Amino acid sequence: MATITTTKAPDSAPTAPETPGWVRWVNDHRKWLFAAPAMTFVAALLVFPLAWTGYLSLTDAEGSVRAESEFVGIQNYLDVLTDTERFWPAVGRTAAFTVVALLFEVVLGMAIALLLWRPFKGERWVRVAILMPLVATPVAVGMMWRLIFDPNIGLANQVLGWFGIGPQPWLAGQHSALPTTIFIDVWQWTPMVVLILLAGLTSLSEEPQEAARIDGASTWQRFRHVTLPLLMPTLTVAILLRGIDALKTFDILYATKGRGGGSFHEVETLNVYAYGLSFDYNEYGVSSTVLILFFLIIIGAMWALTARRKEAQR
Amino acid sequence: MKPRPAYQVFRVVALAVVVLSLLAPLLWMIAASFKTNVDIYDTGKALVFSPTVDNYAKVLQQANYVEFIGNSLWVAFAATVASLILGVPAAYSMSRFNMKKSALVVLMARVIPGVSLLVPWFYVFSNLKMVGGFGVLIVSHMFVSLPLVVYIMMGYFDSLPEELEEAALVDGLTHIGAFRRITLPLSVPGIATAGILSFIFSWNNFMFALVLSDADTKTLPVAIFDFVGYASIDWGGLMAAATVVTVPIMVIALFVQKYVVSGLTAGATKG
Repeated sequence: MATITTTKAPDSAPTAPETPGWVRWVNDHRKWLFAAPAMTFVAALLVFPLAWTGYLSLTDAEGSVRAESEFVGIQNYLDVLTDTERFWPAVGRTAAFTVVALLFEVVLGMAIALLLWRPFKGERWVRVAILMPLVATPVAVGMMWRLIFDPNIGLANQVLGWFGIGPQPWLAGQHSALPTTIFIDVWQWTPMVVLILLAGLTSLSEEPQEAARIDGASTWQRFRHVTLPLLMPTLTVAILLRGIDALKTFDILYATKGRGGGSFHEVETLNVYAYGLSFDYNEYGVSSTVLILFFLIIIGAMWALTARRKEAQR
Repeated sequence: MKPRPAYQVFRVVALAVVVLSLLAPLLWMIAASFKTNVDIYDTGKALVFSPTVDNYAKVLQQANYVEFIGNSLWVAFAATVASLILGVPAAYSMSRFNMKKSALVVLMARVIPGVSLLVPWFYVFSNLKMVGGFGVLIVSHMFVSLPLVVYIMMGYFDSLPEELEEAALVDGLTHIGAFRRITLPLSVPGIATAGILSFIFSWNNFMFALVLSDADTKTLPVAIFDFVGYASIDWGGLMAAATVVTVPIMVIALFVQKYVVSGLTAGATKG
């Protein structure tokens, strides 16, 4: 952007000579006057609490936020990183949830976006349908699926019955709960991937497609060697946005399985685990440790993705 | 080149399946909200049943939902307006002066897990005797809305040609004057997009209100849990409550579809 012209010579603007001094001052300092309130707000609510969480992770704070706590160094980190009962399974579930959900969302999202790419009659209505899961309140969506997946009265088992398949435990099963919540996430957020990829597809130019067609490329070859590479930047953005949110999934897990991710912690991801430690057990020290580690995982995943993206652009 | 007819047939069928799988669960939820609990338990009455509004009467009268609807509306509205007031000028500065690092700080708010901030917030706000009040809810929701507003508006200001402001400067306007009289009026579609998205995200937010609200200030997503007991679930009431939460926001999205889509996909195609 050509911002240099305005930053270099802010005084060159021909303001009227009778402009009062303060007006000129405001204009000259508008860059920070505009940005400062929002920056201060975010800094106050983000940087300071994050630093505090970092500090709490080195203490044995528990019970009440006002209770005395002692500095214990990296003890919490040692405890958490050797905890194979709750922490590592939660890491595993978070990773599984995110990777599997993303995989389905990207593949289905790409397929649906390609189906919608060329204009057709009734397009408007399909787009409305795609928007609905996206804007629906996640907690309510969780409750809705809870009824549909109810083993006794749910629609899901009824539909399976039509095909002669026996009833499944879905959310109630110790091993089927996590896949079922992944399904719910895919239902709600695949539309997000569709919308982003569709925006990307619509902005592609027609010429490479035409050229490939004239060269006799098949539909699959055109997708694989023309559309997909051109769409790669958009796809990365979709994966990045969706991936961050999938890692942090909380609402549907809490709505479908309640505290602690169910009685056997079937769907206890890092976010659910940290929430439980903080607000069900008031183990602020340990929960802060989990959160700092969780935060590092998110940053690491983002960094890996953006680094790959920069490499791809080279 | 026109696609082959076989593909056209496949496309219609595939899209019909997509639309059905996205809408059927929502319609099922709405249908169940008009059933008695006896009918919900009777799988034979899946589609044919005599509708009742008892669940809604229960939700709106006994469960006090009228108050919670008001809470949700007020929090979402206030958080949106405040985020726009803070966020639009900030996004303008960040776009025009290319403040990449500052933008990154604001966007961090979108990345960080909310739980990691809630303990310190809870401590500070309970010392200020603010926990359970609307102020803290609005502030916490702004934490969701503001980054969204900044993100969307930065993209919008990037796309507005700077020449228009320069022309206004030549005509004797100050920088602030050019922003107020030229840029802002041109940004109405962007501001509408940011505002609508911010409202939706605040309305749907659950975790902050779960911790920071009390019985009088709780928002709709928290109030839904009133219908989930330890022993049993009042399915009819629960589905009516879920419908009351989701359907208004879906209807709004229907009318402003263009803005919602452009907000959700903002910045995605810049690469």
